[in-house]
Amino acid sequence: MDIYLPIAGLSVNVLVIILLGGAVGMLSGMFGVGGGFLTTPLLIFYGIPPTVAAASASTQVTGASVSGVFAHLRRGGVDFHMGAVLVAGGMLGTLFGALLFSLLEQWGQIDTVINILYVLMLGGIGGMMAKESWQSVRARRTGTTLPPRKRRHHPLVANLPGRWRFYRSGLYISPLAPLILGFVTGILTMLLGVGGGFIMIPAMLYLLGMSANVVVGTSLFQILFVTISSTMVHSLTTKAVDIVLALFLLIGSVTGAQIGARFAQRLQPDYLRLLLSAIVLLVALRMIVGLGWQPDEIYTVQLL
Amino acid sequence: MRAITLIAALLFAQAASAQEPVPQLVPDVSQRDINIQSRFTGAELLLFGAILFPRGVVPDEQVDVAVVLRGPTRPIIVREKQKVAGIWVNAQSVDFRSAPTYYAIASSRPLGKIVDAKTAAIYELGLDQLQLSPSGEINTGELRRFTRGLVDLNNRDGLYGESSGSVDITGQVLYRARLKIPSSVPEGNYVAETLLIRNGRVIVADDSVTVSISKTGFERFITIMAQRYSLLYGALAVMLSLLLGWLAGWAFGRQ
Repeated sequence: MDIYLPIAGLSVNVLVIILLGGAVGMLSGMFGVGGGFLTTPLLIFYGIPPTVAAASASTQVTGASVSGVFAHLRRGGVDFHMGAVLVAGGMLGTLFGALLFSLLEQWGQIDTVINILYVLMLGGIGGMMAKESWQSVRARRTGTTLPPRKRRHHPLVANLPGRWRFYRSGLYISPLAPLILGFVTGILTMLLGVGGGFIMIPAMLYLLGMSANVVVGTSLFQILFVTISSTMVHSLTTKAVDIVLALFLLIGSVTGAQIGARFAQRLQPDYLRLLLSAIVLLVALRMIVGLGWQPDEIYTVQLL
Repeated sequence: MRAITLIAALLFAQAASAQEPVPQLVPDVSQRDINIQSRFTGAELLLFGAILFPRGVVPDEQVDVAVVLRGPTRPIIVREKQKVAGIWVNAQSVDFRSAPTYYAIASSRPLGKIVDAKTAAIYELGLDQLQLSPSGEINTGELRRFTRGLVDLNNRDGLYGESSGSVDITGQVLYRARLKIPSSVPEGNYVAETLLIRNGRVIVADDSVTVSISKTGFERFITIMAQRYSLLYGALAVMLSLLLGWLAGWAFGRQ
């Protein structure tokens, strides 16, 4: 069944879009990430203009993170204080990202920058995650136990001026650290249409040293607000949010997210993380190949 | 006496014009309005018509017909990727002030066989004859490379097309041709031009037929809203995603 997307300006197969949303939703439900990192490249691959893909993917991530936030709220897994600082940084980030977006578009380098950012982000975090989960899987196999990691913040964070108490996170640190972290992920959300959970979760754990039981909930809380902000900024500046595309992506992904969440309960978390890191590394590898290989299209057209 | 000279003059004038008999074209198109709505997957236009020869005398020599459908023109920038330090990035670019968003030409025989190069250039017949008016200084070799790149890209997307032998002429009088329009066409007024060609020259050209392509109904509503009421539109998109996310959580939570 084909349907015409009014903003993207072309017709697509609805089933493909719903399935794509569903598959990404499954992953996001299983791993607690937004899944935007897969939606945007897949949509571009399907022929949707890159700007429309990034803008509509951020709308989809909003929907996928809502039910997650509610679930974490119920069991007190959200540090609102920390979340508010992150959201403030994130909103500034989306505004700055919008500026960057239009500059890069004028310069003609938006595609390359998006691709390089993806490679760096996915490659770095996928590698880190793969290493860590492989170690714990092997430890389980051989019956040895890994020494527990000490929870503490990075020396760089400790050097920032001014300190606030974040009770639920168990931290006494400068609010600048989460503000900067939020800002960086806000830029990524705007440019790539990703929620930024990939960056947030490891950074919260290893840079800020937040207590593990509020990390996922607080990250989802931040993703929710920052993707809302990015949808709004895209609507106002690039005008590239395709509500029809977003609707069908959402139908797939919110259902997929619920199924994925059930599925995740039956799997060992270590294996789950190893699987996720394999997927992330595969996407990164595909992107690296895409950068170095001669592209299918040498010429691109942009309206003036 | 005066009357006789007048009649003679009239007869002479008619004889003179009969030496250059100009046929007329009566073109039409299967659809004057193409509406883009949710089930739009592209369209096929039938361009057809009749050739009216003076006094109904069909000449013995072969005539050819070409039909051209042109979309509105837009200023564009074409970028070219080059390998820089191991990765492919956009390097050079050329601005074109008037590139047609859509251009399709069909002819009864290959264009190269029915028109000479000069005529083809004047009437913009063929994908290699498009006048894109590049701005800024650029050498001809580069211009040709970029033009070819643009034409090739649009050709594969179905926005530019050239097909020879696809105009059927019946009894030297009736002609018809089908042109395909992909779903990604932009809105606007499209001009259908019909050209009657003989001995390598265009004898009649008629561009009186226009086709209007526009979004209607819901698609039009969404587009206008996204453009003019962007704040409301963004808020609506956010609400939609919140509602669907919450609904799914609620529905699955109850099971």
